[in-house]
Amino acid sequence: MNIPYTVEERPDTGLANGKLGIWLFLASEVMLFGALFSTYILLRIGAPSWPHHELNVPLGAVNTVLLICSSVTMVMAWASLKMNKWGAHRGYLAATFLLALVFLINKSFEYAAHFRGGEYPSHSTFLAIYYTLTGLHGIHILGGMIVMAYLFGPGAKLWKKNPEQFTNRIEYTGLYWHFVDLVWIFLFPVLYLL
Amino acid sequence: MDNATTSGTVAHGHGHAHEHEHGHEELSFIWKYVFSQDHKVIGIQYAITGLLFLLFGFCLMMLMRWQLAYPGAPIPIIGGLLSQTNAPGGIMLPEFYNQLGAMHGTIMVFLGVVPLAVGGFGNFVMPLQIGAPDMAFPKINMMSYWVYFIGGVIMVGSFFLPAGAAQSGWTSYPPLAVITTPGLLGGQTWWLIGMVFLITSSLLGSLNFIVTIVQLRAKGLSWMRLPFFVWAQFVTSFLLLLAFPPLEAAGVLQLMDRLAGTSFFMPSGLVTGGKVLEVAGNGNPLLWQHLFWFLAHPEVYVLILPAMGIVGEIIANNTRKPLWGYRAMVYSVAFLGFMSFIVWAHHMFMTGMGTTMSAFFQTTTMIISIPSVVILTALLLSLWGASIRFTTPMLFALAFLPMFGIGGLTGLPLGLAPPDIHLHDTYYVIGHFHYVVAPGTIFALFAGIYHWFPKATGRKMNEMLGKIHFWGSFVCINIVFMPMFIQGLGGMNRRMYDGGMQYAHNAGLLKYNIVIGMAAWTLGLFQIPFIFNFFASIKWGALVDKNPWEATTLEWSAPSPPGHGNFVTEPIVYRGPYEYSVPGSLRDFTPQFESEKA
Amino acid sequence: MHSDSAEVQKSIRTYMMVGGMLLVFTAITVAASYLSLGVALGITVALLIATMKGSMVAAVFMHLSHEKKWIYGALILTIVGFLVLMTVPMFTVMDTIGTPIHVAAPAGEHPAGH
Repeated sequence: MNIPYTVEERPDTGLANGKLGIWLFLASEVMLFGALFSTYILLRIGAPSWPHHELNVPLGAVNTVLLICSSVTMVMAWASLKMNKWGAHRGYLAATFLLALVFLINKSFEYAAHFRGGEYPSHSTFLAIYYTLTGLHGIHILGGMIVMAYLFGPGAKLWKKNPEQFTNRIEYTGLYWHFVDLVWIFLFPVLYLL
Repeated sequence: MDNATTSGTVAHGHGHAHEHEHGHEELSFIWKYVFSQDHKVIGIQYAITGLLFLLFGFCLMMLMRWQLAYPGAPIPIIGGLLSQTNAPGGIMLPEFYNQLGAMHGTIMVFLGVVPLAVGGFGNFVMPLQIGAPDMAFPKINMMSYWVYFIGGVIMVGSFFLPAGAAQSGWTSYPPLAVITTPGLLGGQTWWLIGMVFLITSSLLGSLNFIVTIVQLRAKGLSWMRLPFFVWAQFVTSFLLLLAFPPLEAAGVLQLMDRLAGTSFFMPSGLVTGGKVLEVAGNGNPLLWQHLFWFLAHPEVYVLILPAMGIVGEIIANNTRKPLWGYRAMVYSVAFLGFMSFIVWAHHMFMTGMGTTMSAFFQTTTMIISIPSVVILTALLLSLWGASIRFTTPMLFALAFLPMFGIGGLTGLPLGLAPPDIHLHDTYYVIGHFHYVVAPGTIFALFAGIYHWFPKATGRKMNEMLGKIHFWGSFVCINIVFMPMFIQGLGGMNRRMYDGGMQYAHNAGLLKYNIVIGMAAWTLGLFQIPFIFNFFASIKWGALVDKNPWEATTLEWSAPSPPGHGNFVTEPIVYRGPYEYSVPGSLRDFTPQFESEKA
Repeated sequence: MHSDSAEVQKSIRTYMMVGGMLLVFTAITVAASYLSLGVALGITVALLIATMKGSMVAAVFMHLSHEKKWIYGALILTIVGFLVLMTVPMFTVMDTIGTPIHVAAPAGEHPAGH
């Protein structure tokens, strides 16, 4: 049984199902991270004091650069497919994955350094919200990496069978990835700089 | 043609122009009925699981009502079966009462009503009503059911923990919810984990619903030709999509408070049992309340909107008239959905908000009552001059109207802060919300079962048993909930395991507990004809063809039950959804899917 | 498809430029945090820069600048919900009845609360 508009766009909405689906998913993610930002606001205005520049700003800045670059490589991975350049696509997708991996490795160093100093989530509300926000963000990075690995590995077979559908999947992965980058664009100043 | 079995059978090989992805091989039992991707099978899975949880939650309530009617008396029959930690000698301990209370609410709302109303009815009926072959994302649909199932198992399983299940109310307010049996062995921890699963299931489902309704409507099915049921499910899905994530976040935060020693919700200087709590402090218990009610208020509209949709369909069909004010109802349901996001703190009037924010929430709450009244009025006016068929589904749908009316009206003093000072956390609140959900939504869901059972099974349910079920339930349910308003106005608090006995001002109100208990147990007895009817009719119900109710919407053009892919020929829509008694027509109904006659 | 090979080719320059701008803004926002701007101004500047960066990611990388009405509609609803979630709980907590408990009472006066 064929579900209509899985690949081709429905004329009156101009959308394929997956495009609308991924944007709705991202809308729910906005509310998820929004709740945590709201938590940050409430806890901060209720706190007698709040640390400034307590976290490792240079490492955070490096991570920001990594994610921005990974967003560029991700959109290029999609653009390469649109221009029928399979080799370039593979390169850009692998690069996105690797940049994400380095991000997570940096994060693990950062967490380890905090734990060595006894700075656990229970230590203060600042650390609690820091670990929760970055932890949830990190899980989303990992999720994106898993999808990318699938599309690099077994999922890549779809390019031969249905190139349009594969391109769409890369586009939707890209939308998710850019969102993850967007969250970090707000996380970084809020937690590291303010 | 195999009509007697439930849907999912690939029985329509001829007439189908569609190709299977994997050729035409028959799917094994596991892939056809267990991990099915067919919306009809998934809908039935949701419905049956939801009904079982409703029954379980009902049983928890019946236990509670014994304790309230006869505090400290051993529970008959079942008392011997309960464990010594919960009810030594069959006498319920306060901790067990609290577990029953918290889990009754949780199970009814999250495991019973919403999965049945949205997962069950939404999944089964909506794609058929829009002329779609299935949902936009069948695999995600399948996952959403099984994630719900796992969440349900976790929730019910938590009863078997050493200290029992969650016992801090379905609202799980910290600090109590955080400090009660902390760590992994605490029921509350598993409540939170279960909620994460349930919320994930809901998110997957809601985005599927929205994409399906936007993208897979049949040719000619424009927005203002959609059945009101579809509009209701559409708005409901937006509420679920946007309102649930904050509760998921809050659940994670409370888990961290319980497991990792954080203080998101734990204030400084808290003293319990004479000792100061060793927490970092600086947390805010109100943060939980905001995040919880940000979901839980839209959640109550999730509870009522599908019910209004079902009632709309059944009223139009059984009055042989179009719904009065369809356009107004559509705008109202959209406006209602939007407003539901900005009223939540009317559950928090007693938390020390100042007059400015209190006024804001009172205003939005009063405004939100307007679209509800518009919808109820439109449904009522739809009866004017109608040729009413008093079938079982219609009886339940008609009863919904005054019951929802009572529920809605009793909400008004709660939505205004001054009366809420007296009524907050009393039995008045319990009476109010149960009127909306129990003789409100659940009656609508019963109506829907009787109405769509023929489409799902190819057989009708028995009318006599249906009418016994209806009248018995209608009388008993009013006797259960009406006295609660009297108790609440008299100042009887909710969540008191002894029925309020320890307070002198409750003395004159205690007798109602016995009346309510008797009515509740009788209400339980009257569900037996329904349960028997449901299962017996699958085997022995009167056979029907495609359109036994002579209805106008698209689902009645498919076979009963529909096969894989739903429609034998591609459905096309020619007119609105409620063209009943069109002047000049030979019949008293003109279906959406029939082309113009010569 | 909404964009064909030639259009995508032209967009590549834009992607690279936006990527570069994002890196520049990152440097600016880090530098700004080392200035003693005070809390209110600091938050405003940081959020302004973040919003600009976020808008570029959304408009260019996520193709939002030429998306369809349904997407815009869903996002507008979401933004409204997001803003409500950011601001309203804060307002309820700031708008309190009586004197805050943790403010030290002047000598000789009964402290509010207990």
